[in-house]
Amino acid sequence: MAEPLSIKELAKSEELLVGGHRLCPGCGHSIILRQMLHASEYPLVLAMSTGCLEVCTTIYPYTSWKTPWIHSAFENAAATITGVETMYRALKKKGKIDKDVKFVAVGGDGGTYDIGLQSLSGAFERGHNFVYVCTDNGAYMNTGTQRSSATPFAADTTTSPVGKKIIGKQQERKNLTKIAAAHDIPYAAQASPHNWKDLTMKFRKALEIDGPAFLNVVSPCPRGWRTDASETVNLAKMAVDSCYWPLYEVENGKITINYKPKEKVPIFEWLKVQGRFKHLLKPENEGLVKMFQDKIDRDWEDLQKRAGE
Amino acid sequence: MKKKGWKEVPIGGVLKDKGSSVAYNSGSWRSFRPVIDLEKCINCMFCWVYCPDSSVIIKGGLVAGFDLEHCKGCGICAKECPPKVTAITMEPESKGPVCG
Repeated sequence: MAEPLSIKELAKSEELLVGGHRLCPGCGHSIILRQMLHASEYPLVLAMSTGCLEVCTTIYPYTSWKTPWIHSAFENAAATITGVETMYRALKKKGKIDKDVKFVAVGGDGGTYDIGLQSLSGAFERGHNFVYVCTDNGAYMNTGTQRSSATPFAADTTTSPVGKKIIGKQQERKNLTKIAAAHDIPYAAQASPHNWKDLTMKFRKALEIDGPAFLNVVSPCPRGWRTDASETVNLAKMAVDSCYWPLYEVENGKITINYKPKEKVPIFEWLKVQGRFKHLLKPENEGLVKMFQDKIDRDWEDLQKRAGE
Repeated sequence: MKKKGWKEVPIGGVLKDKGSSVAYNSGSWRSFRPVIDLEKCINCMFCWVYCPDSSVIIKGGLVAGFDLEHCKGCGICAKECPPKVTAITMEPESKGPVCG
């Protein structure tokens, strides 16, 4: 079983995502990927669906990756990586490879919640040995902030614009971790980059597991969330402390909540620092904040119940 | 980096030089630069673990400074440096008056 690593041990490994990529200053994606790559003891093969991370780290003729990396399309990161994994298994059977290699697919929330869901579901069902990581920044940030099914309620995006008639996104967000766990895969978890200990441990656990594993990681986006670039890690922390993004894992059907805030931060504290929610500061929109808070409370209670607490 | 002609580009647009983006100077985007006081630094390495641009230099297990060639000046390192330590400060790149 995987052991947790200290920050000093993590720092000893080689940097596999180097600088010079064109992600915005303060992007959450590269923080998540760096932490994960440092935590792995195995050589990794990465597949990425279209998104900020994929586009910005591989602007031709540059690449920021020091690990084998493949991109094919928006909707099929999971199908691509499972193809690579199947080839690896075949070559191993023939004795042409003897290394232990692990396979990781990464998609943003657009490439996972929406466009890539069918290929992800198929890959889970076929039971390939891979880890799927979703870096969820809650909209299609790469093309200029269009709503996705991961966009939170009442958020202002270009396709759910706030105005006299519309309050921002009118629907609730999809609970993808629950959907992934419903495939009865051996491991599904939610993590956040501010808690590097938890994130690296979950990734190491996911790599060890024989079969599909799913990691959903919150990734604050300074451009789309309309926040200061230096706030990224702090926003991830507040998302967890307010129970908007609970840290939990589902191992063979058993739910464990990894972190419980001593005092739940009111969601308003998290909303008020983000420009995409600035309309919620108006007194007439108090009801929307309450609806937001109620949904979080309901989900948190439901999660605790499912965890048997 | 000199762009290759179509005859030199590998088939399928495969990139064979791993980590070639280090040749790109993303540090030119910066308007604030991080400055570290190594005497105050307690080597908790939070700046390193939270840096989105892989720009905190670690030498022999200790924080040694910043890679200003690639640092975009987001300020996460200064923000996440523990409040009792505050070894990192963000200083404006331009010493002159700011427009507006």
